[in-house]
Amino acid sequence: MSNALKTLLITFLAFIGTDLHAQHTRVDTLRGVTIYTSGYKEVIPSQKLSGENLKSLNSFSVADAIRYFAGVQVKDYGGIGGLKTVDMRSMGTNHMGVFYDGIQLGNAQNGQIDLGKFSMDNIESISVYNGQKSEIFQPARDYGSSGTIYLRSRKPVFDSSKTTNFKGVFKTGSFDLINPSLLLEQKLTENVHYSFSSEYVKSSGRYPFRYKRVFHGSKDIAWDTTAMRQNGDINGLRLESGLYGNIDRGFWNAKAYFYNSERGIPGAIVNNVWKRAQRQWDRNFFLQGSFQKNVVKGYDLQVNAKYANDYMRYLNPDTTLLYIDNNFQQQEWYASVANKYSLSDKIDINLSTDFQYNTLNSNLDGFVFPKRFTSLVALAGAADFGKVKMQASVLGTFVDERAAVKAPSKNEVTPAFFISYKPFSKTDLNIRAFYKNIFRMPTFNDLYYTDIGNINLEPEYTHQYNLGFAYHKSFSGSVLSEWQLQSDFYFNQVTNKIVAVPKGSGMYRWMMMNIGDVEIRGMEIVSDQTFSLPAGVLLNLRASYTYQKAQDYTKRKNPELQKITYGGQIPYIPWHSGSLISSIQYRSWRLNYSYVYVGERYHNSANIPENYEQPWYTSDLSASKNFQLKRYRFRVSGELNNVFNQDYEVVMNYPMPKRNYKIILSVEL
Amino acid sequence: MRIALLLLVFVAASCRKDIEVFTNEDTSLDSSALNGFAGFYLLNEGNMGSNKSTLDFFNYATGEFKRNIYAAINPTVPKEMGDVGNDIAIYGNRLYAVINASNKVEVMDARTARRIGQIEIPNCRYIKFDKGFAYITSYAGPIEINPNYAQKGYVAKVDTATLAVVNKCIVGYQPDGLEITNGKIYVANSGGYMGAGSTEKYERTVSVIDLATFKEDKRIDVAYNLHHIKADQRGDLWVTSRGDYKQLPSRLYFIDKTQQKVTDTLPIAVSNYFLDGDSLYVYSTEWSYVTYSNVITYGIVNTRTHAVVTRAFITDGTDKEIEIPYGIMVNPVTKEIYVTDAGNYVSPGILYCFTKEGKKKWSVRTGDIPAHFALLPK
Repeated sequence: MSNALKTLLITFLAFIGTDLHAQHTRVDTLRGVTIYTSGYKEVIPSQKLSGENLKSLNSFSVADAIRYFAGVQVKDYGGIGGLKTVDMRSMGTNHMGVFYDGIQLGNAQNGQIDLGKFSMDNIESISVYNGQKSEIFQPARDYGSSGTIYLRSRKPVFDSSKTTNFKGVFKTGSFDLINPSLLLEQKLTENVHYSFSSEYVKSSGRYPFRYKRVFHGSKDIAWDTTAMRQNGDINGLRLESGLYGNIDRGFWNAKAYFYNSERGIPGAIVNNVWKRAQRQWDRNFFLQGSFQKNVVKGYDLQVNAKYANDYMRYLNPDTTLLYIDNNFQQQEWYASVANKYSLSDKIDINLSTDFQYNTLNSNLDGFVFPKRFTSLVALAGAADFGKVKMQASVLGTFVDERAAVKAPSKNEVTPAFFISYKPFSKTDLNIRAFYKNIFRMPTFNDLYYTDIGNINLEPEYTHQYNLGFAYHKSFSGSVLSEWQLQSDFYFNQVTNKIVAVPKGSGMYRWMMMNIGDVEIRGMEIVSDQTFSLPAGVLLNLRASYTYQKAQDYTKRKNPELQKITYGGQIPYIPWHSGSLISSIQYRSWRLNYSYVYVGERYHNSANIPENYEQPWYTSDLSASKNFQLKRYRFRVSGELNNVFNQDYEVVMNYPMPKRNYKIILSVEL
Repeated sequence: MRIALLLLVFVAASCRKDIEVFTNEDTSLDSSALNGFAGFYLLNEGNMGSNKSTLDFFNYATGEFKRNIYAAINPTVPKEMGDVGNDIAIYGNRLYAVINASNKVEVMDARTARRIGQIEIPNCRYIKFDKGFAYITSYAGPIEINPNYAQKGYVAKVDTATLAVVNKCIVGYQPDGLEITNGKIYVANSGGYMGAGSTEKYERTVSVIDLATFKEDKRIDVAYNLHHIKADQRGDLWVTSRGDYKQLPSRLYFIDKTQQKVTDTLPIAVSNYFLDGDSLYVYSTEWSYVTYSNVITYGIVNTRTHAVVTRAFITDGTDKEIEIPYGIMVNPVTKEIYVTDAGNYVSPGILYCFTKEGKKKWSVRTGDIPAHFALLPK
């Protein structure tokens, strides 16, 4: 075992020692790992992770935590600085909407949100919705994705006597990680709270990885190479500040977010090239505010606004390749007004209108400086008849662009319908179904990127059909105290899929075209149970399983080539995947074990041996202890990830870290 | 409990096994044929970053196609053959594969494809031989910052006995194809990295290097963005230009060996070609911004008369199905025509064999982006 591990162990023991003199804190009640929000009028609840359970997942970034949701696949290029994108129900990462404190994170340039950039440090809950959040009182943009992830940052809450909260956290461990963070919350007045959060992360991103091949038949080692992952370093700073106010029958908040980082892009490991030199700089800033009020009985108003300014610089200093030093600046202005009218106790309608303006500038040769005006109007109705709840919405999207050579305007009207039925009054069983038709706009890169972009692109559509159920039961006095089970079956179609196709001859020239067709048939099951064991031990267990058959039905010009790819499982989507989260809590101790499984996949729709990707599965362990010294509340935890030291790849030629660890010390006042 | 059961099923159903080295797959395609050649190698480029450059072999004696042989023959080479194969050639009893993004030339035994060693050349492109030396073009020459970052290419001179780079000759920006004839090396400079933004920045010359001194003698002005260069039976040169992908189309140029300048331009687009006797088999793939599709053409040029003999050497309609023609070769004895289809660049391609009349004889699945041929003499 490495020295690092020994250090971890000693530190850990030292802290346990100090506990003998510390007071015992009260044991918090352990809630179910997955919490289904019931207060909202959601027809179909989300999958949600929050609080203690989210904290105990050994997750460094949001992307790590997202792996535990059913139906979600994370594409992880490895390491702390590596790109991590999310794909829901195999429809493609561009179909995901990611919302941070209620407002969508945009990226008009390439449509991808790198969830590896979002640290778990200040995140309080993550909710994942298929289709859309089936609560009608929301901005029009919330209706506009095939699937949505809502990230909630911590909101100040004060005990009766306190006016200040303070939290300091220090994380260190493998990859030469240094990660301090600081949170300050202040009660300015009875109704206005302020919060400031900051975080710094520095890591060399270095980790050993191993590739090995054995002979066919004999299984003797053919080659076995261990090397150090290089150029995966990161240096980043996050600052976040918010004001939260309560008013008569309503609330408001405003927040500013700043992120600045420099990172290495570790790149693909190929024969004779084990190290890369590409760098990336990111600077993201946004300012956003929300206001919500019940104006008169039966009428609620919600206003949201945002300004975002993003800068990205990509540098390829490798003297053996094409020298590239490109920068991109994006801006987004966004405003939304949502109006909810209650026609009766049972029926609500909502009208939301959003306006959004995006620009992209770059020093790229031949760049056309596109600007996009998007207007969105959503009309939605919700009815609650006790046993039956339903909701229907129609979203109108109107896009107009300006550029040196611009894409035609687009007008789309897309519907969604959600229904749930509770057949038995005494049993908490809900059967639910939904249909949604939505699209993703071609991104600025798809339309305008020099040489590759195609202004004639049409939107890429999805059709989703879902049928499922949720069941919940509490057993008082029994060892199994709570059980929740939910399962869904679905069929998705992606049509007009935007795919890069070879263009002419010559070196790596591509053109974006609407040629792809994908059909996805899937099943998800999530089971969540809480056991109350003797001596106050609580055991929580959450298991999820996903089956997906995601087939490429793209027509080819060459029938012989079509035979090779037609009907094949699309790249990087496993047929089987699943996860397990378990935690045991005893007094102020907590022990967690989590497991992620991703089954065999292919990295191309040609499902042939050359394209086969091994299954991978990792086990992560963590232990934590809370204790109190005077007014200070401490928490010490140790994490051990990839316990069985598996050498795996999520993406071909991007090796993942072997066993690694982290120590986290936190103090709260 | 059912959850535990489910988990057991998970773990039991698909655990990881140790990954085995690739084994080649063999397909019987043809009857045995005697034509003076043992067979030919087909180098698949593989998309950049995929590390999927692979080697296939067609055996004339057995009519058998062996797919993906490199790893099976060289199972102890970490990460197999490499990333983006760009050229392949046989010289003496050795097989040389230029692996562009792996920054090396892989040297193998020509009969067995067993690895002998490698020549380290960053961003290497094309290879030719003369009197025991290999000459390899590379994009990665010295860097100039005056005031803009620019990097000239070079031709590396490699002793085939020691596999050591013995000399370098700086040429233009991003040199591609090269040809050796009449004591000179002719190098087609592309300027591909330079001209992406503005056409004038492409190179438009052929560098002429004296073999004896290994110094650049002069430049011959041809056209923007040159790619391939080949000498015909008389020692005159046929050069292709890619054009600027915008207004300027791809063209075929003729350099007269005595005048050392372009004396003829053929108004046909050429992406790649193969010279058999006086017949230059050409094809072209050009993007049309009118139809938003690739316009594919084929043809045979007579290098003696400069006449376009035909615009179709595939005569049975198979040409309508080929998505991206990429590699081309003609068997000098049987005149059978081999054409590859690189498809979408990220999944396997197809190798077609056509009779000399242009009728499809057989076809077979290859690696990703089947591209470059090397005929193996008996």
